[in-house]
Amino acid sequence: MEQTNFQLKKQDTQSQEWSKRLHHATRATREDWIGRGISYLCIGVIILVVASMLWFITSKGIATFTQNHVSLWKFLSGTDWSPSQGKIGALPMIVGSFAVTFAAAIVATPFAVGTAIFMTEISPNKGRKFLQPVIELLVGIPSVVYGFIGLAVVVPFMRHLVGGSGFGIISATFVLFVMVLPTITSMTVDSLRAVPRYYKEASLALGATRWQTVSKVILRSATPGILTAVIFGMARAFGEALAVQMVIGNAAVMPKNLISAASTLTSQLTTGIGDTIDGTLPNNALWSLALILLLMSLFFNALVRVIAKRGQLKHER
Amino acid sequence: MNKGSKLAMGIAAISLLLVGCGKATSSTGSKESSAALSGKVTAVGSTALQPLAAKAGTNFTAKNTKVNLTVQGGGSGTGLSQVQAGAVSIGDSDIFAEEKDGIKADKLTDHKVAVVGMAPVVNKDSGVKNLKMAQLKQIFTGKITNWKEVGGKDEKIVIINRAQGSGTRATFENAVLKGADAVKSQEQDSNGAVQKIVSTTPGAISYLAFSYFTNKLQAVSIDNVTPTDNNVETNKWKIWSYEHMYTKGTPDKATTAFLKYMDSKTVQDSLVKDMGYISIHDMKVTKDAKGVVTQN
Amino acid sequence: MNAKRKDMIATVIIDLIVAIVVGILFFLLAYILIKGLPHVSWSFLTGATDSFDGSGGIGVQLFNSFYLLVLTMLISIPISLGAGIYLAEYAKDNWRTSLIRSAIEVLSSLPSVVVGLFGFLLFVVKFKIGFSVISGAIALTFFNLPLLTRNIEESLSAVPRSQREAGFSLGLSKWKTEVGIILPVALPGIVTGVVLSAGRVFGEAAALIYTAGQSAPVTNFADWNPMDAASPLNPFRPAETLAVHIWKMNTEGLASNAAALSAAASAVLIIAVLLFNLGARVLGSYLYRRVTASK
Repeated sequence: MEQTNFQLKKQDTQSQEWSKRLHHATRATREDWIGRGISYLCIGVIILVVASMLWFITSKGIATFTQNHVSLWKFLSGTDWSPSQGKIGALPMIVGSFAVTFAAAIVATPFAVGTAIFMTEISPNKGRKFLQPVIELLVGIPSVVYGFIGLAVVVPFMRHLVGGSGFGIISATFVLFVMVLPTITSMTVDSLRAVPRYYKEASLALGATRWQTVSKVILRSATPGILTAVIFGMARAFGEALAVQMVIGNAAVMPKNLISAASTLTSQLTTGIGDTIDGTLPNNALWSLALILLLMSLFFNALVRVIAKRGQLKHER
Repeated sequence: MNKGSKLAMGIAAISLLLVGCGKATSSTGSKESSAALSGKVTAVGSTALQPLAAKAGTNFTAKNTKVNLTVQGGGSGTGLSQVQAGAVSIGDSDIFAEEKDGIKADKLTDHKVAVVGMAPVVNKDSGVKNLKMAQLKQIFTGKITNWKEVGGKDEKIVIINRAQGSGTRATFENAVLKGADAVKSQEQDSNGAVQKIVSTTPGAISYLAFSYFTNKLQAVSIDNVTPTDNNVETNKWKIWSYEHMYTKGTPDKATTAFLKYMDSKTVQDSLVKDMGYISIHDMKVTKDAKGVVTQN
Repeated sequence: MNAKRKDMIATVIIDLIVAIVVGILFFLLAYILIKGLPHVSWSFLTGATDSFDGSGGIGVQLFNSFYLLVLTMLISIPISLGAGIYLAEYAKDNWRTSLIRSAIEVLSSLPSVVVGLFGFLLFVVKFKIGFSVISGAIALTFFNLPLLTRNIEESLSAVPRSQREAGFSLGLSKWKTEVGIILPVALPGIVTGVVLSAGRVFGEAAALIYTAGQSAPVTNFADWNPMDAASPLNPFRPAETLAVHIWKMNTEGLASNAAALSAAASAVLIIAVLLFNLGARVLGSYLYRRVTASK
């Protein structure tokens, strides 16, 4: 711009320059556009991933019903899972998944809540210094390691205790119990700590014992948080694949009792997907199982939201 | 600007990566020099064949250093569908392509590379060493549930089946059940797991490839025929199958050379036998996809 | 005194529960370390696995685990940084933002096996890349993104508003303020989150068995050209990781000492995860001290 020497022209360019400056974005604004662009792009990538994941798995999962014309009801209520013969009753796996999930949650919750109470109310010092790091570490232990311990310790133990092969719902429950325990505990601790101090002080000032305070005041006001913790634990248990697959025995039959071998949605998926051909009924049926997993995780997600909303209302009131 | 540009570069790198991954795979295989054999061979599929293919592959690439050969598991289904889709050069399978729904077998070329014999195995506790074929069928269809019904101990039979759709199960069901439905039971998808479970669970029965027999479990004779390689070679022992390597269309030079190597005496007479398979050269009969056996 | 007695009983029960929990946890760690560590040796850590029975070392798997981790982080950190900045700075409080947040939550709650199968469908079946490091890394990215994004957003939002105002008053753009002022302050939190998520990625197996594959071809560690097929850096080779190896060994391993070997591999895995956790704490507090110049 500065190559001119004519006065007139110089003036002209100067005014041009000014108008340019006034009409065009400053460097800062342009920077901001770029920055905005980058961050929009990144969030866009994530949204794209989620959308395509939902789309792909849904379209694959419903192919069983739209292309192979299996009735949805038969799929959900049938008990005979022999995909290679065209029989795809998924109920055994659905029942198996729910059985181990609920069993693990039922066993783990009292332990988790008890530990959390200990960490926050009984001995906060030991809790923070010693239990907290241990629990955090356990959240990080890979699931295959839990599976390995299950296979090396729990299964033989069950075999001696109740006979049979040792593989089955009870072994899976035990493994999942240990897996979800740290998750539920650490989230429960958070929700207990979030209870306002004055609740506790008021209760103690009224002459309530520690247990009365804990059970009648603290646990009650932390209930939404604890429920959320349990649901998170259940979601983890429901979606866990390898650790369960290693110890449950993978029998696609309706579980008769706690010691019988069963299978879950995830365990069928991991064993079956490599043996089926893309686009055929056995393969589509497996994708339908994956779709159930997906829908269940959406359901758990929604449940957490509902509870969070309810909890908020309660506090506001 | 520093951090911003780093960020931008990172994003650019990713998009490059994402674009790059679509292309790079297809380009590697095509270059061939006339002097030394070169190229890329990928064999995917059957986990039962994987060890043999991997070992043979290592020996093959030791001689043909320019060839890049990868052997992967993933299951027979994956192998067949991947070779059908043209994604890999060789699809390893435990079963005939004709037996798998969704595979157009006429588009694929079968290369039989080994034979595997399989036999029922039971926990030593059961006290059974021989079964009639009909009894075996009744056990797996759930008609016989106690070992004492077949001359063993008074003990409940625990059936450990193999995963649905697996080659091992298909072979066993073709030879033993002949169309009858197996009773639903525990399923394990690997020889290793079956070996462990049968040897530790009282009353357990399952079936294994010969090479997985150990002294901790009892291999069962059928109609007084013992499960040996010799009996498989003459088809006196009925439960056996081929290990297949499938190719699509005309395979490239490196793949052809590898398949030839698999069929050579070096592999068939030593490696195949060392690893517990039966050599394809020793077979005195041929079985086709429909299970019809003819003398050679 | 009824209430007093109840209080006592409750305390005893809770103490008992804690004792059981601690007992289980210690048994877990002790079992793995005691069973596994004696088998961990230099040759185990660097040796190759026997392709027939799965015996031998875990050298290739260990390398694969780290390589996958690095690739995953290379892909996921920039994306989640951008996404985190979006959520912390640009997102308005409206239905669109809440939809985005729900999408991220959904992604984070998906079972890893579903993520893995999606990767399998997309990369192995549709794009025909095959079981490969890159497929595995992208699958892990999917599963890492929501955690990292949320962590970054939280760390950024925790920075006091006055810091932003200081930036704006200097005439800096929002973006420059974010990248030049806020990000460095938030760095300790972000780094802690990244390292913790690295621990999770390192131990993940279900998402990998059908993406990165279940075989670890022996690679030529003298060849560092990523384009060479035999190079360990080649992103298109199949790569069984340590976690997948443990799973494989337990379900298919034939080695007579499979139990001991997988205990050893588990011990290595746990120690690695432990180091990640420890590293996260140490690095986080070190950076915090550096950035805030406080003690």
